Amino acid sequence: MGPIRFAAGFLALTVLAAAPAIAATVTDSAGRTVTVPDTISRVYAAGPPASVLLYVLAPDRLTGWPRAPHAYERPYLAAPYRDLPETGRLTGRGDTANLEVVLRNKPDLIFDFGSVRDTYISLAERVQKQTGIPYLLIDGRFENTPEALRLMGGVLGVDKRAETLASYVEDLFAELDRTLAKVPEDQRPRVYLARGPDGLETGLKGSINTEIIERAGGRNVADPGPDAAVRRGITQVSIEQVIVANPDTIITWDRNFYGQVWTNPVWRGIEAVKRKRVYLAPTAPFGWIDRPPSVNRIIGLKWLAGLFYPDRFSFDLPAETRKFYKLFYHVDLSDEELDRLIEWASGRP
Amino acid sequence: MGKRTALRSTFSVAPPALTISGLSVAVILLTLFTITVGPYPLSVGQILEALWRSATGLGDAPAGQIDTVLFQVRIPRVTAALLVGAALAAAGTVYQGLFRNPLVSPDILGVSTGAGLGAATGILLSLPVIAIQGLAFAGGLITVALVYSVATAVRGHEPTLVLVLAGVVLGALAGACISLVKILADPYDQLPAITFWLLGSLAGVNPKDVWSALPLVGLGLVPLVLLRWRMNLMALGDEEASALGVDPRRLRILFVAAATLITASVVAISGVIGWVGLVMPHIARLIVGPNFDRLLPTAMLLGAGYLLIVDTLARTMATTETPLGILTAFLGAPVFLWLLASGRRGW
Repeated sequence: MGPIRFAAGFLALTVLAAAPAIAATVTDSAGRTVTVPDTISRVYAAGPPASVLLYVLAPDRLTGWPRAPHAYERPYLAAPYRDLPETGRLTGRGDTANLEVVLRNKPDLIFDFGSVRDTYISLAERVQKQTGIPYLLIDGRFENTPEALRLMGGVLGVDKRAETLASYVEDLFAELDRTLAKVPEDQRPRVYLARGPDGLETGLKGSINTEIIERAGGRNVADPGPDAAVRRGITQVSIEQVIVANPDTIITWDRNFYGQVWTNPVWRGIEAVKRKRVYLAPTAPFGWIDRPPSVNRIIGLKWLAGLFYPDRFSFDLPAETRKFYKLFYHVDLSDEELDRLIEWASGRP
Repeated sequence: MGKRTALRSTFSVAPPALTISGLSVAVILLTLFTITVGPYPLSVGQILEALWRSATGLGDAPAGQIDTVLFQVRIPRVTAALLVGAALAAAGTVYQGLFRNPLVSPDILGVSTGAGLGAATGILLSLPVIAIQGLAFAGGLITVALVYSVATAVRGHEPTLVLVLAGVVLGALAGACISLVKILADPYDQLPAITFWLLGSLAGVNPKDVWSALPLVGLGLVPLVLLRWRMNLMALGDEEASALGVDPRRLRILFVAAATLITASVVAISGVIGWVGLVMPHIARLIVGPNFDRLLPTAMLLGAGYLLIVDTLARTMATTETPLGILTAFLGAPVFLWLLASGRRGW
């Protein structure tokens, strides 16, 4: 499941791809060897993270979106693809996809991007057996993003584009590592991720929902301790616990919460609110922090590093956003679209 | 039989008035204690000083967040726990009496499920918290109103039976609608919010919530207190009640409306909290007997105290919140099973 397997899979693929008309074998992140057709023109993304990965690499292969884009997300997706139909998700839990609909779309490949647990492996095996369509599982951990881009790029035959995107991500990771190497742990910002309309849902440190905070050099205040035997996921906290944690930075993507945090008496005394360090993450076409946990977090990572370390990490929000949306999402943002997108992303004046 | 007598004698040694005043003192002491407990360190001295300062306006400006924690967070939350517990227990007592069935909970006519549907819809539409609460309140009231109109439209059956059946059917329908909303909701964002709401919590309670629910609960309690003697007659069944000169149909609609108002107004601020309304009336009946006059205050005091203990656990057990719905069930289920096993009938 490590990088060696990826490399091996990638290598096997490139070698085999040299011989046209012969199906290639790919080793996916679960260590499964899957035979995929030589030309892949239609791909079914099993869940939202997979659909983002596919969209940034080769949007013309998408058969549809797991969930149809909302009206406010549509301007940030390229023209023909934002009208693709809703095809549901096939992730083993709360499935909304109908296998017959999946088959009717005649995909050459099904793939999922995210956690590689036994549940998902067995689901992939089952669906692959049932439909006869190859099913790949790709590890969705943040650090694995460049590898995932390259692996899928190889499968889809868009190696050059995958390389461009992967090196963008690697450059960012490297720049961050350089920046953070000089910042001792106790000088890093103490960050609270406020989710939900009242801001009292958060992700515990170590969960996939908040890994972006640590990667950008922040400390998640919702930390049960390294050895605590708790499920690392989304949880509820009380306002008193937030007051005790007293974060100096709050990030959220909930507009309702953002609108009232400045005037709400219980939040007003918290360090982050007093110092006006509460930031609203953009959510279109995909979230910047999470929602879903996929390649869309890369721009969020840059943004957070810029907020956490304005003196050490140079980040020009409008310019970088434009560049990222052009490179990854295939869209040229108008000034008005850009303004609407990043409103309050630098806090409220 | 021996066990039953033993139970009764253990619980009924004291006269009801003494029991109720004893319980009141216990709840007051518990309240004072829980105000001193919480993740933010507040000493008794600091609390007294803050109270004195706010009462007299004298003294130095507060250091740190003491006033916010005490007046905006902890006292409202403790008050909300008392209010929600008492309200759910009161509604449960009324419903159990009306339906002459000890297995009935305030949700029998679908008020919590309707409220859950309202809240889930609000979350799906990304509305502000206040609107979500409003929709929850409205959802609870509308569901029960629908149940009642369906039940009145169906004639020729035992009225309470039809009411319960209509409640079960429409409750299940509202439950299915909640599932539909969950499927439509954003799995990364709205779905967890809906799930947490359905598990119940007082984590987000603020003074405004308490002030909006309190008068509504008070309003619902008025007919219950005024007509407490007639409630006893209702427990005899419709025919006996009619023979004793009350109109069971009109009384029933009034009691259902009152209990629904009480439940919907607290569920709107707390989310769905089970077990309190089911178990507390039972324990109250064991202690003071089935007379509604004593049963109602006893059940309310027990409910208030119980939810206060559970909520204090919920906010102090871990570094994060434990949903109330889970805790009340873990603590409530064993008690309920014990009550069933002890074999004592409601009346």
